[in-house]
Amino acid sequence: MISVKNVRKSFGDVEVLKGIDLEVNQGEVLSVIGASGSGKSTLLYCINGLEPVQQGVIEVDGMSVHDKKTNLNHLRQKIGMVFQQWNAFPHLTTLENVALAPRKVKTLPKAEAEALAESQLKHVGLGDKMHLYPNALSGGQQQRLAIARALAMEPNYMLFDEATSALDPELVGEVLDTMRLLAEEGMTMIVVTHEMGFSRDVSDRVAFFHKGVIEEIGEPEQVFGQPSSEHLQKFLAKVR
Amino acid sequence: MDYQFLWRPVIQSLPQMLGGASVTLQVSVLSMAIGMVLALILCFAKMSSFAGLRFVANIWIEIARNTPALFQLYFFKFGLGAVGILIDSYITVVMALAFNTAGYMAETFRGGYAAIPNTQLRSARSLGMTAFQAQVHVMFPQLLRAVYHPMTNQFIWVILMSSLGMLVGLRELSGETQFLYSKTFRAFEYFAATAIIYYLIAKLVLGLMTLIGNKVFGLNRGGVA
Amino acid sequence: MTTVAVFGDLQPQDLLFLGEAALRTLLISSVAIATGSLAGIVFGWMMAAGNRTVQFAMNALLDIFRSVPLLIQLILFDAFVSIAGFPMPAFWSGTMVLSVYTSALVASVARGGIESVPASLRRASRSLGLSYWQDMRYVVWPVGLRSVFPSWVGVSLSVMKDSALVSVIGYIELLKASQILITRTAETFFILGIAGLFYFALSFPLSRAGQYVERRWQQS
Ligand SMILES: Nc1ncnc2c1ncn2[C@@H]1O[C@H](COP(=O)(O)OP(=O)(O)OP(=O)(O)O)[C@@H](O)[C@H]1O
Ligand SMILES: [Mg+2]
Repeated sequence: MISVKNVRKSFGDVEVLKGIDLEVNQGEVLSVIGASGSGKSTLLYCINGLEPVQQGVIEVDGMSVHDKKTNLNHLRQKIGMVFQQWNAFPHLTTLENVALAPRKVKTLPKAEAEALAESQLKHVGLGDKMHLYPNALSGGQQQRLAIARALAMEPNYMLFDEATSALDPELVGEVLDTMRLLAEEGMTMIVVTHEMGFSRDVSDRVAFFHKGVIEEIGEPEQVFGQPSSEHLQKFLAKVR
Repeated sequence: MDYQFLWRPVIQSLPQMLGGASVTLQVSVLSMAIGMVLALILCFAKMSSFAGLRFVANIWIEIARNTPALFQLYFFKFGLGAVGILIDSYITVVMALAFNTAGYMAETFRGGYAAIPNTQLRSARSLGMTAFQAQVHVMFPQLLRAVYHPMTNQFIWVILMSSLGMLVGLRELSGETQFLYSKTFRAFEYFAATAIIYYLIAKLVLGLMTLIGNKVFGLNRGGVA
Repeated sequence: MTTVAVFGDLQPQDLLFLGEAALRTLLISSVAIATGSLAGIVFGWMMAAGNRTVQFAMNALLDIFRSVPLLIQLILFDAFVSIAGFPMPAFWSGTMVLSVYTSALVASVARGGIESVPASLRRASRSLGLSYWQDMRYVVWPVGLRSVFPSWVGVSLSVMKDSALVSVIGYIELLKASQILITRTAETFFILGIAGLFYFALSFPLSRAGQYVERRWQQS
């Protein structure tokens, strides 16, 4: 379980998260929507310990993320993350990209790590691209590579930060399909997205961010069907 | 013009000149190796949070880049001599060329480092790598790739500039040539041969570095997506 | 360790000697940079616009000057003019070698600048009815200059620093003068300091200015 309690986070003088409370249960898919700059990415970075917080507690499986005693590198193995910008390691082949962390972080033997990488690449439909370098892949393929790379660490949670926003429209589908597949397999996921259709179909709950607070959270039918917050109504009117 | 070109003595001295050329190569490889290590250290010093370290790195880098290589050579020769440290010309030349290479390549390293998107570091850390692992397995290989071409150019520059050894009494290719020609006063013939040897060395090194680069970095190993 | 006396053995005329030498450094490098740049732009244009043969020949020729130490080029040219029967003052042979060397460096910069102008932009300007030379003058020159101006500054500054090598054929520029004074007096650090500062004071601000201009142009 991921639990976020009263988290406040600033960059310098600018407060970006103004008291966030959130719980994501095992097997749940939570999607996060909201305007640009509302703090969605920042929340994901905080959950993964990539950014410090000024106040509040984030716990993952009972371990406090920002506690000094927590081994962050260990914790991060439980949490896979996929970013908006494609960030395959350009100096490694697809297979090496996926096998790198299992080898170096989990210290698996090379053969084992590559077998694992191969199975994850097949999982996301890149079985035939294993020996190509990332620059030979389309954006959609690179994002699926990023998903496979995160999955190879066998995480309990997956965080997606607008994984499809930088893609050409015709490539969005293949990445969403892969994410949908993970959801069906029971992966616990937090998905920051601008794809309202995906959010409505796949998520168990939807959270709407507005200026650093969660203004509304609930099941998709409710959030999309009967939005109560005025900001959410305006936001939905704009994105539709 | 009634000058008679006389090539025979040059051809007879070829073995000695090639001996000089091997000194040239040694000095250059050594200066490059030391310079690259120092460059990496300077680069990190310049990015460090200690003002003292940054200051030293800045001074080094700016002097290396903004004064003539010959000035730097004289500095090591006369400067160290004036405080009573006498080193032989071989080491003087290596020190000067390494000093210069470190300053130039430190900036190249820094530029290469800055050109790697910071999302690379982020995603490496998100996979559970330690900061050190992320640097070694993700950042450094990309850095190496980014600086390889400038490094090749610097290497050739070092080979050509090692000819300054002649001015401080080192018997590398140019120094050896000067020594030989002073016995016959056939400057043109001797230095023409030397020019050809330098040209061949430069082309050979360039070809070799390109070959290694293609092998290591491969043509299809694309840049940052 | 011996103590370093400052100014001990140096006489006023020694400083005058250094000053004149510094002016010679300035003179020979500015002449070489000016003529070398003009020639280099022409060569660069020939390489960018010429057919394959011209490109290949120019490239191979100019590459020689980038693959042989400047020191050797200077000695060789000086030896050549004296055996060919028209010896000239060190200033002139130095200037000629330095200019050709500069032109070889500037040529590849200029070529890069011309090729950095997108073909689509040039087609657009030609489609407006601009002639080849008008396109060159009003489109390629300003656009290309922007992309390579900082490299040109870099080349010029390195020629200024490399001009120190002209001392090998007997032109008494700043570093040679410093060396002479160092061997005669013992004011090593004082003299080296003056010489170093002179180069630094020229090179540092200009390279900073080049970077500044580059950043300004990139923003716009
Ligand atoms: N490293 C940083 N330093 C300073 N400010 C930052 C930093 N990262 C983010 N911010 C600011 O924090 C605010 C929230 O950013 P965040 O990236 O979390 O928004 P977001 O909801 O993910 O928006 P988007 O939809 O554009 O990705 C923004 O105003 C942003 O400018
Ligand atoms: Mg974001």
